[in-house]
Amino acid sequence: MAIDIDLAEIAQLFIEESMEGLDIMESGLLNLDLGDADTETMNSIFRAAHSIKGGGATFGFMEISNFAHHVETLLDEMRQGDRPVTKDGVDLMLQSVDCIREMINSLADGDVDTTRADELEIDLAKMLGSDASPDPADVTEAAADAASESPGAPIVGWEIKFEPHPGILKSCNDPLRILRELRKLGELEVRSIGASKLLLGEFDPEECHVAWQMTLHGGIALEQIKEIFDWVSDECELSIDPIRDENAPQPPAEVVKESTEDTVTPPPKPAAKKASKSSSSSQDGGSIRVNIDKVDALINLVGELVITQSMLSRFNSDFDFTQIEQLREGLTQLSRNTRELQESVMAIRMLPISFAFSRFPRLVRDTGNALNKKVDLQLVGETTELDKTVLEKIGDPLVHLVRNSLDHGLETPEARVAAGKPETGILQLNAYHEGGNIIIQVIDDGAGINKDRVLAKARERGIVGPDEILSDEKINNLIFMAGFSTVDQVSDLSGRGVGMDVVRRNIGDLGGTVSVKSETGVGSTFTIRLPLTLAILDGQLVRVGSQSYIIPLISIVETIQTNDEKVNEIVGKSELFKLRDEYLSVLRLYEMFGVQADSTRIDDGLLVVAEANGHRVGILVDDLLEQQQVVIKSLEANYRQMPGISGATILGDGTVALILDVPGLIQLFYERNADVQNNVHQVA
Amino acid sequence: MTVALRKEEELAADIEAGGAGGQYLTFMMAGEEYGIEILKVQEIKGWDTVTPIPNTPEHVLGVLNLRGAVVPIINLRQRFGLETIEYGTTTVVIVVKMTDDDQERTVGLVVDAVADAYRLESEEIQPPPDMGGAVNTEFVLGLATVGEKMVILIEVDRLIDFSDLDAAPDAANEADATIAEDKGQ
Amino acid sequence: MQSVLAVDDSASIRTLVSHVLEAAGYQVVLAEDGREALEFARDNDVDVVLTDINMPNLDGIGLIKALRTLPNYKFTPLLVLTTESGHEKKMEGKAAGATGWIVKPFNPEQLISTVGKVIA
Repeated sequence: MAIDIDLAEIAQLFIEESMEGLDIMESGLLNLDLGDADTETMNSIFRAAHSIKGGGATFGFMEISNFAHHVETLLDEMRQGDRPVTKDGVDLMLQSVDCIREMINSLADGDVDTTRADELEIDLAKMLGSDASPDPADVTEAAADAASESPGAPIVGWEIKFEPHPGILKSCNDPLRILRELRKLGELEVRSIGASKLLLGEFDPEECHVAWQMTLHGGIALEQIKEIFDWVSDECELSIDPIRDENAPQPPAEVVKESTEDTVTPPPKPAAKKASKSSSSSQDGGSIRVNIDKVDALINLVGELVITQSMLSRFNSDFDFTQIEQLREGLTQLSRNTRELQESVMAIRMLPISFAFSRFPRLVRDTGNALNKKVDLQLVGETTELDKTVLEKIGDPLVHLVRNSLDHGLETPEARVAAGKPETGILQLNAYHEGGNIIIQVIDDGAGINKDRVLAKARERGIVGPDEILSDEKINNLIFMAGFSTVDQVSDLSGRGVGMDVVRRNIGDLGGTVSVKSETGVGSTFTIRLPLTLAILDGQLVRVGSQSYIIPLISIVETIQTNDEKVNEIVGKSELFKLRDEYLSVLRLYEMFGVQADSTRIDDGLLVVAEANGHRVGILVDDLLEQQQVVIKSLEANYRQMPGISGATILGDGTVALILDVPGLIQLFYERNADVQNNVHQVA
Repeated sequence: MTVALRKEEELAADIEAGGAGGQYLTFMMAGEEYGIEILKVQEIKGWDTVTPIPNTPEHVLGVLNLRGAVVPIINLRQRFGLETIEYGTTTVVIVVKMTDDDQERTVGLVVDAVADAYRLESEEIQPPPDMGGAVNTEFVLGLATVGEKMVILIEVDRLIDFSDLDAAPDAANEADATIAEDKGQ
Repeated sequence: MQSVLAVDDSASIRTLVSHVLEAAGYQVVLAEDGREALEFARDNDVDVVLTDINMPNLDGIGLIKALRTLPNYKFTPLLVLTTESGHEKKMEGKAAGATGWIVKPFNPEQLISTVGKVIA
């Protein structure tokens, strides 16, 4: 039968699923208590390996399947309690997980590199003891087959005695089906025997009390007959004896050949080549597995929307003003439907942050070992959900922050004991929702940031002027400045040349911010604040002259009205105004964007106090309009990125409004001011 | 995806090999008739108010909502260094597709008025002569004579430079200079 | 149309099974584990059940035992998907009430012929 199935597409699903399985194995292995392994954890690890093995073979990735088989065997022994769960065992399993992951990744290149697998297989074999002997059952069976097919007169048929146990029907194996299948192999003579128990009183229709004596004509391979009885071998007495007849004419050879071809299993066609293609394309497109409940919720909402729509469409044909209340009601319903639908659609893209956190137990364990530091990793809020794209992109910055904390934050056990702290340091990853944002924190109880050193370094590099006095908070946040990362600060682990400024930039690209609070001797807390999604943001509409702009609410601290007297203009510097105990620069948006404002006087406008990356400025606008959620459209799609602008959106009236990129805007502002200062110095 | 792209490239190569013949849409600007490949034209719409993008070259008027897409609008007179005029009733926006580094972008071009559509054979099209800098020849694909008239054919893909992100646009530099002067005094 | 309930915790195997059997003209119902399958089976009849063994919540053996206690599944063919090394598992499956098995890796033709075999 020719079945046209796109195996490659399903193989791609297998790849994605295996990657998830490997993550489950990894986190499971890392959570195992040596010597007292949790049964459910062991089972889930085993299942993941088992699925990779089974699926790998099914989709033709034999190298992966074979390797996974060894891993599965070892895991099975551990799971059954036949083998203690040792550190060496777990380490070997972890290496095997990495190895399978590499093999799966290399599928995309078309070839599976088995070098590492071959090496690990030796280790696995060592641990398993000699496991090379084949299944004893296979040996006996093979031997029996060989014996029965020993040379002699050609086989022209088989004498089969088939006595099913009475309970055979309970497994739903119908003896008649078996007879039918035998008949397919060749001419079959059937005689029923031993129906002796068919006495009315004892008759149980759910039991089988018939036996058969059969003669199957033809030179049929024993294996084929055995296969038919395979499922019932434990539920019947069976004897199969060859009929040899030297005088009989030779059985037609074609019959044998034909029937063999029917049952011989062709090896699964390798799907690797095709799969590699689809895997590379899917990396761009990506797919998402969605809980069915979320889809159902969405379908319900669409249903409601349709009802609202039909209700509103009544007003299309004949409308009189007595119906205004109903119309208003309909519109309220429509806006509720829209909001709920939007929330549901967003929910589809939301995944728990555990996907990003899951790599850290391994990373912390390995890095801690390499640095000789004792670390207790705590994951808090793993079920906090965020947008898939944000989730994928937050991984690297998080890794960097975690490494940084391990490397520079946490002290060695000796140093900790000397400082009166417990030997083992605590590193906590914490995620939670706050308003429309997700907050991710990397908290350590290490030595804290050395402010004197940071300030000295910043002065040396000209990031901070020699006489500038900075608050502790500002000093701490200097570590995010470009060019701050220094040679003596960067170890092999944190990676030379990649500094915290890159972390800040990557987070900024996601529309988020990062800041740090630190106390000497007590520890540091890095706080990442991200929008829940990249597609929609909560914005404050502001007006400058005839133009409307959107400032992301995530960046706005407060909005104040002040007057010109409270603003000091410092020659060669920007204008500053005092907000409580802090001086903030005035960023005149009309000046930055070259548009005509209603007024250039600060008295007439409003200052939107916005913060990004530890910098606060007051953005001067003419007026505040409403707050609303806006759908982000990229300017890049048809034009290009512009400094200070993160994108555009379409307002209710169909016009386009630009969305301010507050970090970019502040940077642009400082750059321009720096130019101004330079010019002033040159003039002087 | 890659297959489709390759086909397009081949197609483009074929067109190049066969010359610039094909259908052209023509429009008027400052009394001259210009033509663009009709295949590049997506639609023609009336002039509408745009949202200006700060710190862009003067000829980039701003962006417009085109059925949910944010599309930049170019004043073609300014792009060609021609004198600007008040927009009138005939002023239209020709929405074209530009291809730049495999990326297709939609851009609106503001022109004085739409003129005509012609089919031009490649032998009717001559390479651009040296115009002595009167019109920037970098956008000119060729010249064609239709009856008595001359039509200047434009290479749409070269009208906007999407790439020079780091190069500070002129407007921004000027703004800086102004601020510097103000503060310096 | 004859219906198959296919139970496997691996999405790729589920997809493969459903693609293959649907192409062969069966109506396929999918379940991610034994518990889900059992829930479905309580209220619905199918012609064949095809189940993996290793699954969370309720494994294949448990599912088969449970199905055989349901009156409407007493005489429904139940097939387990097993790996070639799992001789013990085959017997365990049989003891629980399975009709037979399909050995992984299987190809589409094998799957169809095996399912066809038990549906008279």
